[in-house]
Amino acid sequence: MSDLTAPELDKVRAILKREPNETETGIFTVMWSEHCSYKSSRLHLKKLPTRSDRVLVGPGENAGIIDIGDNWAIAFKIESHNHPSFIEPFQGAATGVGGILRDIFTMGARPLAVMDALRFGPLDDPVAGSRNRRILEGVVGGIAHYGNCFGVPTVGGECVFEPCYNGNPLVNVFALGVFRHGEIFFGRATGVGNPVIYVGAKTGRDGIHGASMASSEFTEESKQKRPNVQVGDPFMEKLLLEACLEAMHTGAIVGIQDMGAAGLTCSTCEMGSRAGTGVEIDLALVPQRETGMTPYEIMLSESQERMLLVAASGREQEVFAVFKKWGLDAVTIGRVTDDGMLRVKDRGVVVAEIPNRELADEAPLYDRPHGVAPYRPAPIEPPASFTAFTREKRNFNADLETLLSSGDLCSKRWIWQQYDYMVRTNTISGPGGDAAIVRIKDTDTSVAMSLDGNSRYCVLSPREGARLLVAECCRNLSTVGATPVAATNNLNFGNPERPEIMAQLVETIEGLAEACRFFDTPITGGNVSLYNETLGEAIWPTPVLGIVGLMKTAPPVTIPFKNEGRTVMLVGGLGSCDEIRFGGTQYAKTVLRTLWGLPPALDMDYEKRVQTAIRKVVNEGHAESAHDVGGGGLAVALAECSMHGIGAAIEISSDLHFELALFHEGPSRILVSTPAPETVERIARENNVEALRIGVTMKERLRIDHNAVTCIDSPLDRLRGVFEHALEDQLAPQHA
Amino acid sequence: MRFGVVVFPGSNCDHDAWYAVSHNLGHSAEFIWHDSVTLGEIDAVILPGGFAYGDYLRCGAIAKFSPVMKAVREFAARGGLVLGICNGFQVLVESGLLPGALLRNRELKFVCRPVTVRVETAKTPFTCQARLGQRLTIPVAHGEGCYFADDGTLAALNRQDRILLRYVDNPNGSLDDIAGICSEGRNVMGMMPHPERAADQLVGSADGRVIFESMIHFFAAKSRGAASERATVHA
Repeated sequence: MSDLTAPELDKVRAILKREPNETETGIFTVMWSEHCSYKSSRLHLKKLPTRSDRVLVGPGENAGIIDIGDNWAIAFKIESHNHPSFIEPFQGAATGVGGILRDIFTMGARPLAVMDALRFGPLDDPVAGSRNRRILEGVVGGIAHYGNCFGVPTVGGECVFEPCYNGNPLVNVFALGVFRHGEIFFGRATGVGNPVIYVGAKTGRDGIHGASMASSEFTEESKQKRPNVQVGDPFMEKLLLEACLEAMHTGAIVGIQDMGAAGLTCSTCEMGSRAGTGVEIDLALVPQRETGMTPYEIMLSESQERMLLVAASGREQEVFAVFKKWGLDAVTIGRVTDDGMLRVKDRGVVVAEIPNRELADEAPLYDRPHGVAPYRPAPIEPPASFTAFTREKRNFNADLETLLSSGDLCSKRWIWQQYDYMVRTNTISGPGGDAAIVRIKDTDTSVAMSLDGNSRYCVLSPREGARLLVAECCRNLSTVGATPVAATNNLNFGNPERPEIMAQLVETIEGLAEACRFFDTPITGGNVSLYNETLGEAIWPTPVLGIVGLMKTAPPVTIPFKNEGRTVMLVGGLGSCDEIRFGGTQYAKTVLRTLWGLPPALDMDYEKRVQTAIRKVVNEGHAESAHDVGGGGLAVALAECSMHGIGAAIEISSDLHFELALFHEGPSRILVSTPAPETVERIARENNVEALRIGVTMKERLRIDHNAVTCIDSPLDRLRGVFEHALEDQLAPQHA
Repeated sequence: MRFGVVVFPGSNCDHDAWYAVSHNLGHSAEFIWHDSVTLGEIDAVILPGGFAYGDYLRCGAIAKFSPVMKAVREFAARGGLVLGICNGFQVLVESGLLPGALLRNRELKFVCRPVTVRVETAKTPFTCQARLGQRLTIPVAHGEGCYFADDGTLAALNRQDRILLRYVDNPNGSLDDIAGICSEGRNVMGMMPHPERAADQLVGSADGRVIFESMIHFFAAKSRGAASERATVHA
C-alpha cells in the first residue's frame, strides 16, 4: 500500500485545517495515488501536444474526442490493468476491458472497437514458463469473456514476450466509440440543487485500494492482494451501456462519470471539481451488496459496472424510468451544492468533508530526479561472436523459420480467434493486419487503428524508441490508406523514484512529444502505469501507443499477395543499417539471443514522405497488397505477405551483410504488389522517395536472392505451418 | 416483408440482424422488446445472437421464460417463420421449438472465424433460394455451439431432411457436423453461423444473404398463393 508520505499528510492538514479522520485519509490516499494523480509524470506529460483542428476534447476528461466530419465524432482512450492481471489474470483483464468501455460510453459514445496490447514473460521460460502460460490464457480468456458478452468487437492488438515481464505482465486496453457532436456528455456536476444519482451494480468490498495497489511495487505479500481485484459482469455493463445512452437521450442528464479507480470517491470529487461545485452524498442511500460496510469501504470500493450521474432537478423520474426498463438500480444519493465541498454523510452524520478542487486537482506534484542516463542493460558494441557470425554462411531458411515461430512474430490467431472481432458488422479489416479498420455506418468514413509498443528499442534508447513508435503506428495506418489524426498513450514503467527509471520516462515522453508534433497526431489522453517492478526488477520502458486514422470506406487493401505475376515493390527503398543499429532487432533477439546497440535510425522527414506516397498508392487502387516492414525485417515481411498461397521471387542487391540485408528493421519501408509499377514509381518520385522493384509474385514458394546468392527458398506450406501453429504449440499441454 | 427482431437484455447482434434485413436486403424491420406479450404486425421473427440475460445459468435457459417467447411459440404454431441465430438457436433449443442441445465447444474456447457450410437441403423456407450442396462462407462466433442430440432425434432429423447446413470444417465438434436445423413443420430454423454478418461483401462475405432471400421469396410465394386462393374463393 502506498500510504501518504509525511509531507503529503502535512498538505492534507493544511487543506483541511485540521487532522483528517480515517475516511478522509483513505480518500486522500487513493486520489493522490500515482494511479489517480499522475504525481510523478504530470510535470512531463505537459510536454505532449494535445491540440489540433480535429481535437474537440483533450486530456482531463474520461476520453479524448476527435471530430471526424459530417457532425460525427469519435472518443477513444487506452488504460492499463497490469497489476490486477498479474494477481488474477482472468478477472484482472476482464475488468480492464470493462473500465475502458465505461470511459467511452460515459461520454455518450457507443463503443465501436477494442484492441489490447499484451506483454508476458516468455512461454518457455525455464522458471516462470508455466506461470506465464497460465497468465496468458487467463488474460485472453478474460478479455474474450468481457468483450464478447458486452458486444464490442476486439479488432486487433499485439502481444510480445520478454523476460522482464515475468513478474509484471502488461494488459493495456484501447477502446473507441462513435457519436454525433450533440451527443457528447461530460463528467461535471453542474447546477446547484441537482440530484446526484447512483446507477448500476451494488457496492461491495471488492477492489478497495485497487488504485493504490496499482501504484506500488510487487513484493511477496502482493499475492495476498487478490481481494483487491474486482470481479466483472459484462452483462451488467451491456445493460448499463444501453440504459445510459437511452437516458442521455431524454435530455434529463447534465453530467455523468463512471466509477472506475477509486470508485465513488473519484467520481464525486472529479465531477464537482470540473464544475466548480460541491457534492453532498449520504452513504446510507448507496445500494450495497454486503452488510456492515464502513464509510471508508463504501467510498473506496472499486466494484464494477457503476456510474454516477447528475440529472436536471425535477426530471429524475425520466432517468429512473429508463434504468427501471433495463432492470438496473438508480437511486438519488445526494445533491450538487454551491460550497465546493465533497461532503460525505452516513445517515445524516458528516463522515468526510474535503474541498473538491484541492482533492482532485491539487495532488502533490513531484519533479523526480532524472539527471542520469536512462537504465540500459545492454552494451553498445555487438558481441565478438556476431562479427564472426557475419562471415559464416548461414542457413537462412532455418533462421527465417526460427523468426516466424517466435512468440513475437508468429501468428496470434490462437488469441484473436477467441475474440468476437465482427459483432456490430463494422469490421472491414480485423486482427492480423497492419491496422484494423472499422466503418462508421450512416457515413462514408472508416476509422483505422494501430496499437503498438516497442520496448526492445526503448530500452536501448527511450527517446529514439518513442519516435520510432510514433512513426510505426502512423506507417501502419498509412499502409491501409488512412491518414493519422490523433493518439492515446499508455506509459508503462518501473519505479519513478529511481532516477535511471525516471530518466527513461522523461526521455520517452519527450520523444513521443517530438514525433507526435511532427506527424500531427496530438495525444488526447492516456494513462501512466508506474511501479511495474517485482522484487526490485523493473520492466523495460514500455510506451504503448494507439493512433487512429481516417479514410473513406472502401474494400481493404490487405497484407497477402493476391495474384501471381505482379511486381513486388519496396516503397521507401531497402533502407540502411549498421551493426550497432542491428542489436535491437528480432533477429538479434531470436536467432542470436542477445541485445546490444541502438534502435534503427529514423529520418522523420523521409518517413512522412513515404507515408504520403503509400496512402496515395493504396487509395488510388494501385496496390493489390500492402504491408509495413516491421519486426524481423524484409524477409519476415515477405513471408507474411506469402501466407495465402502466393509467394514471390525476390532479388535484391546491397553492400550489407546477408543478415543485415534480410533482417534489419530500418523504418520507412512498405511492401506492395502491383500490376502498375510505373504508377507506383511516379507517385514515389513525386514525393521524393525511393520505390524499388524487387521481384515478382509466384505460386507456392518464397525465394530471396541477395547479390545473386539464393538465401531463402522455401515452400509456402512450410512457412505457413510454422507461423500458424507456433503459439498453440508453445501453449500445448506437454509444456505444462 | 416485415421482420421483427427480438431484443432480450444481453442480445448484442440484434442491431446487426436489423441492419442486415433493413439496410442490406431492403425490407422493413423492427425491434420487439423481451417483455412484449405480442409480436405486432410482422411476417417473420428473428431471435438474434448475444448473451440473453447474461447466459449465466445456461445459454437460453432464462430467455425461454420471457413473455415474448410465449408469443414466438404461438407465432410458430401458426406457421410463422422463426429464425434463431447463435444465441437465438440456443433459445429455440431451450424453448423446445427445436430438438437437441448446444454444448460447449469441443476446444472449450470461444471461436470467432469465417467457416464454410454446405447447404444440405433446399426444401425449406430458409434455404429455398440456395442450391443443394452450395457452399457458403459465414462467420461463427460462439462458446457453446456444439450441437448434440440423441440417436433417435438425429435419425429423425436426417430422415425428415431437417438438417439445413453442415460444416465443411467443423469448428466446435458438433454432432454430424450440424450447423443448422429446422422444426418438423419446417418454419422454425436455428443456426450457429451468423448470416447477418455475411450480408455485405464489404465486411467479408455476402453469402449469408441467401438465408434472408429465401425467407423473403418463400413469404412472397406464400402470400401470392394465399391471394390467388382468396381470389378463387371470391370468384
